[in-house]
Amino acid sequence: MIFSVATFAILITIALALARAFMGPTVYDRILAINMVGTKTVLLIAAFAVLSGRTDMLDIAVTYALINFIGVVAVLKFVEQGNFYTSGEDS
Amino acid sequence: MVFIEITSWIFIASGGLLGIAGGIGIHRFPDFYTRLHASGITDTMCAAAFLIGLGLQTGMSIASLKLLLIFIFLFFSNPTATHALANAASLGGLKPELDEDHSE
Repeated sequence: MIFSVATFAILITIALALARAFMGPTVYDRILAINMVGTKTVLLIAAFAVLSGRTDMLDIAVTYALINFIGVVAVLKFVEQGNFYTSGEDS
Repeated sequence: MVFIEITSWIFIASGGLLGIAGGIGIHRFPDFYTRLHASGITDTMCAAAFLIGLGLQTGMSIASLKLLLIFIFLFFSNPTATHALANAASLGGLKPELDEDHSE
């Protein structure tokens, strides 16, 4: 029962963050909201894995956490420089 | 056992409450840097409380080790992502909104 409450809270948070991602006035607001959605997705996968007893799914949560961080940093670099191939020090 | 259950429920419930607070925060705050403040703090703390609660549910097993790994990684990567975001926004020329009466 507590798991359904927790999952519901996470889903509400994802909905709020997605609304900010669609509305966001600047591109940084959108990246911030998407970072939040990614973190909450990790928690959702972890909660579902423990809830259903299939703890193998926690590996997916670990992978998602890694991909989320790399993705946010990559998108920030792309927004800042406009490409992926310069080092950033000479721009 | 009942004590562990209740403790994990408290942790999971506070994690969910913090998450909703962060979600409301990124709608209520007026500009980007204050939204960053709302999201950065609650995101890290929500993940921490949630994963501790889940780890108490699983007990000592390989699952709690994986939860600990997620916890450690999120605890380092989330503030780093927040800092990178603030740095990119400030380098990109986004100015914080100041209250004109107190900015002199």
